[in-house]
Amino acid sequence: MYAQLVDTGTTGVKSLQEMSAEERAFQEKIDAEIKIEAKNWMPEAYRRTLIRQISQHAHSEIVGMLPEGNWVTRAPTFKRKLQLMAKIQDEAGHGLYLYSAMETLGADRDDEIERLHRGEVKYSSIFNYPTLNWADMGTIGWLVDGAAIVNQVALQRTSYGPYSRAMIRICKEESFHQRQGYEILLTMMREGTDEQKAMVQDSINRFWWPSLMMFGPHDSDSPHTGQSMAWKIKRHTNDELRQRFIDQTIPQLEFLGCTVPDPDLKWNEARGHYDFGEIQWEEFYQVLKGNGPCNRERLRTRKNALDEGAWVREAAMVYAKKQQQKQQQNAA
Amino acid sequence: MTNQEALTDYVLRLGDSALILGQRLCEWCGRAPAVEEEMALMNVGLDLIGQARNWMEYAVELQGQGQDADQLAFTRDAHQYRNLLLVEQPNGNYADTCARQYFYDAWHYFTLKALCDSSDARVAEIAAKGLKEVTYHLRRSSEWIKRLGDGTEQSHAKMQAAIDEIWTYTGEAFIADAVDEQMQAAGIGVDLALIHEQWRAHVEATLQEATLTCPDMQAYMQQGSKQGIHTERLGFILAEMQFLQRAYPHSTW
Amino acid sequence: MSDWPLYEVFVRSKHGLNHKHVGSVHAADAQMAIENARDLYTRRNEGVSLWVVPSNAITASAPDEKEPLFDPSQDKVYRHPTFYKLPAEVDNM
Repeated sequence: MYAQLVDTGTTGVKSLQEMSAEERAFQEKIDAEIKIEAKNWMPEAYRRTLIRQISQHAHSEIVGMLPEGNWVTRAPTFKRKLQLMAKIQDEAGHGLYLYSAMETLGADRDDEIERLHRGEVKYSSIFNYPTLNWADMGTIGWLVDGAAIVNQVALQRTSYGPYSRAMIRICKEESFHQRQGYEILLTMMREGTDEQKAMVQDSINRFWWPSLMMFGPHDSDSPHTGQSMAWKIKRHTNDELRQRFIDQTIPQLEFLGCTVPDPDLKWNEARGHYDFGEIQWEEFYQVLKGNGPCNRERLRTRKNALDEGAWVREAAMVYAKKQQQKQQQNAA
Repeated sequence: MTNQEALTDYVLRLGDSALILGQRLCEWCGRAPAVEEEMALMNVGLDLIGQARNWMEYAVELQGQGQDADQLAFTRDAHQYRNLLLVEQPNGNYADTCARQYFYDAWHYFTLKALCDSSDARVAEIAAKGLKEVTYHLRRSSEWIKRLGDGTEQSHAKMQAAIDEIWTYTGEAFIADAVDEQMQAAGIGVDLALIHEQWRAHVEATLQEATLTCPDMQAYMQQGSKQGIHTERLGFILAEMQFLQRAYPHSTW
Repeated sequence: MSDWPLYEVFVRSKHGLNHKHVGSVHAADAQMAIENARDLYTRRNEGVSLWVVPSNAITASAPDEKEPLFDPSQDKVYRHPTFYKLPAEVDNM
């Protein structure tokens, strides 16, 4: 989702018999739904996979501020401006909750961010698409946050305690994001002019397929899903979550009076699910590789922010040290 | 000018400054020196834009022309805006942003504090609500002045340069015009001389603690915003902020 | 040098309740940690009071000491009121 294609560094899932005593005790705890906490013993691969997954998720929240930041200075009314600012602020907050959870695993936030800037780790492919009209603020809330929520709700039960608690907090806060997005679109469709309605449809056309890609490759192309599910750091497969998202989204789409750019989309009575067309996987892999419309720009913006802020962060540290020395002198 | 007209103008000045500074803070989105600062800037921005809305809702009631606060914010042109020149100055580097914020916050804090005793109940109410937020803003920006001023050699130089650069826009707020005088006489507005004194004391103490040199308090100051004469910056701010309302007039968002 | 250290954050959600650990923040000093924690953990009215503690100042019990530390308390049933059976007439004690 926000973490796509997370490498577990393993091949296949070990059976209980193949495990060491420590590994077995660990797996039995997970099977019994007992949360793993920071100081508990854990397999190195579990720790590394979690760092990878949580940092991707955190990076996605932070990079995800940029497409919305692109419109925050142009929001059309007080109400919309305040809502969007609050939402962007939540995203910064969610990034911080997740970095905080990640740091309990012994990872260093600044190191992980530097790795992001060097292009060694990823963030969600979705944020490499541009926001071209105001309706995109609605679509991102409705489709993108909606897709994220499907995944995050499941991750509230993830096996790692700090990650699970961050997810619970995030889900609680994020419930307003999707509603806020949908309301933007609904207002434009119901009370808007033809131009505004066209904006909404154009926006859905551009974001529909990238939203479905957020769930990652087909299960058959996800070699690490088995291990991640055994560790319960992933609770459902990509295809399961994607189907769930489509099933719950299409009625909302119809209520809006809009369509999606998929001629193969139709209700399948026998399956009890919507059938849908094939995702352009080539595009997905290209975007992950760095060839999406905004990859370079997004990374550059984040890197510049960090580089240009270095003197500020350093000054704050030096000042803190000076103050500490002063206090010690006064106490002496 | 009737008291009602003067009050409308007075209220707009307060609202416009909060809005334009909030807009400037939005420009930092995704670009702050730390994610924590991202949160903080957005928080201050949210407070300011919320306050701007409160003032503008009152202004449209006073005008009584059936407009709403959004129309005031998103369809007035630069010459109709009454924000201080200070807040429309560009973000620059973080020291520039901190200097602008601090000088504004100090003025804002003492102004709202005094307005809590306004004879106009609505003004007093809006001011009291905003004062809690602004008390925090001022503490925060004062700290940043000290951090950067008394941080590294480099941050000290940048902070000093930022203060010297923006100084010429800090005096305007305290130069009373007819509206200010009328409002003060009516017991609605503040005594600018008093606010200036409080502001000066706060600025001198903060800059001293920050090991910075306070510029000349008698220096020549830019002015004009109270008559709608702005710097060239404002037009661009409005062009961006008002884009949707201008390109798609009479639409519901 | 420029990396801000980590502080653990504790929030009192209501008067009369304990401060509860909610996560961590990075900050250059304790005052900034309070402000960052305020912006991060109390955006929705979640708190009336905050504590921040440098993360490296916290000493935690080691997981492998769990048995000697916590198991001995399991069989001290006489510490619990339900251990004491009283006649029905006085059992609301």
